[in-house]
Amino acid sequence: MSSNPNESAGPVTMMQAPLYLQYRFTAGTSSLSFLHAIKRGRLIGRRCPGCESVYIPCRGSCARCGVATCDNIELTDEGVIDKFTVVHIPIPNNPIKPPFVVAHIRLNGADNAFHHLIGEVDNDKVKLGMKVKAVWRPESEWDYGLDNIRYFKPLGGEHD
Amino acid sequence: MTDIAIVSYAQAPMVRDAGCANEVELIMPVINEALQACGLARTDIDFVCSGSADYLQGAPFAFVAGVDALGAFPPIKESHVEMDAAWALYECYLKMLAGDIDSALIYGFGKSSPGNLPEVLSLQLDPYYLQPLCPDSVSLAALQARAMLDAGRCTREQMNEVVINSRRQAQKNPRAQLRKPVSQEQLQAEVDWIAPLKKSDCCPISDGASALVICRESQAREMGLPYARVVGMDHRIESHMLGFRDLTDSPSARNAAKSAGLHNNIEAAELHAPFSHQEILLRQSLGLSENVDINPSGGALAGNVMMAAGLDRIGSMAAAILRGDYKFGLAHATSGPCLQQNLVTILEAA
Repeated sequence: MSSNPNESAGPVTMMQAPLYLQYRFTAGTSSLSFLHAIKRGRLIGRRCPGCESVYIPCRGSCARCGVATCDNIELTDEGVIDKFTVVHIPIPNNPIKPPFVVAHIRLNGADNAFHHLIGEVDNDKVKLGMKVKAVWRPESEWDYGLDNIRYFKPLGGEHD
Repeated sequence: MTDIAIVSYAQAPMVRDAGCANEVELIMPVINEALQACGLARTDIDFVCSGSADYLQGAPFAFVAGVDALGAFPPIKESHVEMDAAWALYECYLKMLAGDIDSALIYGFGKSSPGNLPEVLSLQLDPYYLQPLCPDSVSLAALQARAMLDAGRCTREQMNEVVINSRRQAQKNPRAQLRKPVSQEQLQAEVDWIAPLKKSDCCPISDGASALVICRESQAREMGLPYARVVGMDHRIESHMLGFRDLTDSPSARNAAKSAGLHNNIEAAELHAPFSHQEILLRQSLGLSENVDINPSGGALAGNVMMAAGLDRIGSMAAAILRGDYKFGLAHATSGPCLQQNLVTILEAA
């Protein structure tokens, strides 16, 4: 028999303390030019004035040189697969059914790569260095995001 | 006595809203300015440490993204504190004392404009009893001001004098956010905001960034760089529970100052007091005489960039010493609700 009523109630293992914060988030000055461009179906990167590397999407600096990027550079929607992986695990709330390919795409003329999906090719046919081209959603669906591009497909069909 | 020299300090203009600039765009100009001012190359810097909090702008891992501003190639040694960058400087100070490094770049940035800062700051409170109540930082400071007034530790007029002095000093500081002179009469006529605090008693909400460079005195002399010597630095913390503290005193600031080497020849002090009564509290706790020039930069009431404002006190005092305004100075930084944690740096002319 316990003299302390709290003891008999057992340990407290969980408490709920919900807290909601609202933000008026901003993407950054250089991200802005990328977002405005992709809304119009165009791809805008930025160049480092030092090493001349071109980054897309760009966050305003050359991470290598530590200097602000300068001119906007328009890039095509074609590039190569820099790295890729085959995803076998279903991701909650993701409508894409595994297995599917996620790749790092390096656009022609760019010095960095970004994430995207690979489509219109068997997963086991995907190769490093494969040339790919963007498949865009219909223009009516374009918004401020890289998902205006549905996926990248091998350039000229399944063979590279 | 150490052989640590502050050779450079750069501060972005403090503004209410930095627009859509991201952390990289905020940090990069001050880092480049601080490095160019002292002539040290990125590759000459042994260690980089930053202070920031992602909750301010609501951007997860903004502190990691900020590294893009450094030109971290070849790879650098880098660290971060989820605190004011004054504590990032303290980390570098310890590494200097330990002989691990001979130079360091310290930066702090805060972009509070995207969120509701007084509410965001409730996240720093004890998670079981206080945080669920979501008390905002201004209300907590108002409790402290009330305790000060009721205990006779300050008067309404003295709080007004703090505001008047801040605005007067800030007129010399082109980067200050609030510089408009005010009079005792104007402040007396101002209505309460969160009583007993009036809006003028509270620091503004600011966006900005600052950077500071330290190295060995020997290196500064070799390079012919003017510098301010760090005599000592220390910090102390008080209970997380506000009810356990005497809110009208700051033993942590007093002990930190004593350990940092506080002496009677201090001519000026930069006190990180985001609320007017806190400047009075700190002066009393540190035992600063009437002759000590308080906040020659205007202090936190003239602009308070979260996570940089403490470093700004140290940088501003170092800059004042470099200008030849003072020979001995004190810089104070605070963190947490109602001056919970306090860091004191004693500086002197080389």
